[in-house]
Amino acid sequence: MKRVYVNEKWCLGCHLCEYNCAFAQTGEPDMARALKDKTIHPNIRVEDGDDVHFAVNCRHCDEALCVKSCITGALSKTADGVVTIDQDKCVHCFTCVLTCPYGCILPTEDGAVTKCELCLKTTKGKPACVAGCPNNAIVFEER
Amino acid sequence: MNYVIIGNSAAAVGCVEGIRQVDQKGKITIISDEPYHTYSRPLISYLLCGKTTEELMRYRPDDFYQTNKVETILGQKVTKIDPDAKQVLLESGKTVSYDKLLCATGSSPFVPPMKGLETVEQKFTFMTLDAATALQKAITPASNVLIIGAGLIGLKCAEGIFDSVRSVTVVDLAPHILSSILDEAGAQMMQRHLEKQGLKFYLNDSVESFDHNTALLKSGEKLTFDQLVLAVGVRPNVSLIKDAGGKVGRGIVIDATMQTSLPDVYAAGDCTESHDISSDQDRILALLPNAYLQGECAGKNMAGASCVFDKAIPMNAIGLLGLHIITAGSYEGEEKCVQDKESYKKMFIKDGKLKGYILIGNIDRAGIYTNLIREQTPLSEIDFDMVFEHPSLMAFGRGYRDKVLAGK
Ligand SMILES: Cc1cc2nc3c(=O)[nH]c(=O)nc-3n(C[C@H](O)[C@H](O)[C@H](O)COP(=O)(O)OP(=O)(O)OC[C@H]3O[C@@H](n4cnc5c(N)ncnc54)[C@H](O)[C@@H]3O)c2cc1C
Repeated sequence: MKRVYVNEKWCLGCHLCEYNCAFAQTGEPDMARALKDKTIHPNIRVEDGDDVHFAVNCRHCDEALCVKSCITGALSKTADGVVTIDQDKCVHCFTCVLTCPYGCILPTEDGAVTKCELCLKTTKGKPACVAGCPNNAIVFEER
Repeated sequence: MNYVIIGNSAAAVGCVEGIRQVDQKGKITIISDEPYHTYSRPLISYLLCGKTTEELMRYRPDDFYQTNKVETILGQKVTKIDPDAKQVLLESGKTVSYDKLLCATGSSPFVPPMKGLETVEQKFTFMTLDAATALQKAITPASNVLIIGAGLIGLKCAEGIFDSVRSVTVVDLAPHILSSILDEAGAQMMQRHLEKQGLKFYLNDSVESFDHNTALLKSGEKLTFDQLVLAVGVRPNVSLIKDAGGKVGRGIVIDATMQTSLPDVYAAGDCTESHDISSDQDRILALLPNAYLQGECAGKNMAGASCVFDKAIPMNAIGLLGLHIITAGSYEGEEKCVQDKESYKKMFIKDGKLKGYILIGNIDRAGIYTNLIREQTPLSEIDFDMVFEHPSLMAFGRGYRDKVLAGK
């Protein structure tokens, strides 16, 4: 399946992917207005070192431990392999936070759980993080 | 191939999904004494506090049995396994034949003998949907509820009814709450949080005797209550396998392929004994993820694939009245700990590996720690000080990141 893959050495650490992700989630037309004065909850997060930067988001694992461990059945895989979350079923027990080996499922401040769904429910086509990356540090492809 | 599964919960669902990854055609029959569509057992407390509904707490979609071509016999207890005839006997007298059988019978509440318990009219356990709805019907806004057991189930029950009753009091023999998953300092932090919200505890104490609506504690304290919930512990349901001559310890004994000592009979979930790799010991891991993973592994093997599940560890994610705990592994070895007002973090390191951890409050990216335990990663391969501070992939080598993030 197509996933978001990282070209670590090209990542500038600009964090634009985080903003594009958060913006895509709002469904609003204007980024500045949608995100102004808001704490963003992006599903892709850049880790910054001294001179290393890279973005991390859900790997949509073939053997997804989060899905297998989910106590409610809120997490599941689509036929295409995308790990999605049914927010109505989720009770925020954080068992997925406990089990995701890469720390890609994130609790938000209001106690909910959020994760990358490859923009399945927002933009169609390329995930917003990849579409807005200025340096091809993340790409959406089959590997 | 003719598959029969006893039980209809996490391990059973895992088994169905495991079988169907390998065999699309074989006949699958699920038999369970609970007469419901598969539901998430841990959600019974969330049902009581209105955070889910009976529809939403279904563990799989409504068409699960149809999609996976599963026949169900619900509301029927299996009374016997005959491993020679390869049949199970139902309480109705009917028999069901199998080629491969999974025992996923889970566990039952353990109620120790207590003096005067028979005089208590409104007493409950807290393990099933029926038990939860019975409790829900009994309580009123004026109820004073007494819970025996400050473990996971007792405290989840307390949380579930907390807003609907006048008071909740919890008694436990152990000196601190959640003694199976927390150390003393962590438990104290959690207890303070719960007490601040109004929960009452009597620890290091137990009921000497009941007399109708009063409980006399060993300490001399006398408590009156309207409803009593018994959440002292659970026992794996092993009798079907034991009576059929299968090997049973504290739970049903299985190998890494989930097979019991009986030919063509597998077992998975809370009814079994697991090998905990973090302590290198066999123990009962009554946890939903473990039940699913064991069930799935059993299913694949029953269908002829070869699969082992040999990465079982204790692990828990539990929130109580707004404060979250994540724990994993076993608590042995050298300790490393930081604590402030709102959060608590403790790690246990032995033989150069992370063996266990406790997080309260800040639980972000905890799975990175869980993975270190599960994969038994030598800590010399990563920047452990960095990862201790904040779980990150930065603390891992470039090679690991290339594999995980770049698919190389
Ligand atoms: C209140 C509560 C909260 C919990 N919270 C969590 C949590 O947050 N995280 C977590 O990981 N785990 C939690 N658990 C534990 C979790 O529910 C179990 O680990 C999980 O349900 C085990 O699944 P299982 O399939 O092994 O067995 P079970 O869920 O126990 O199901 C076994 C089924 O088999 C049926 N059965 C038994 N014997 C027979 C028979 N002879 N004939 C026919 N049917 C039979 C039973 O009636 C039952 O329906 C919680 C449990 C409770 C009670």
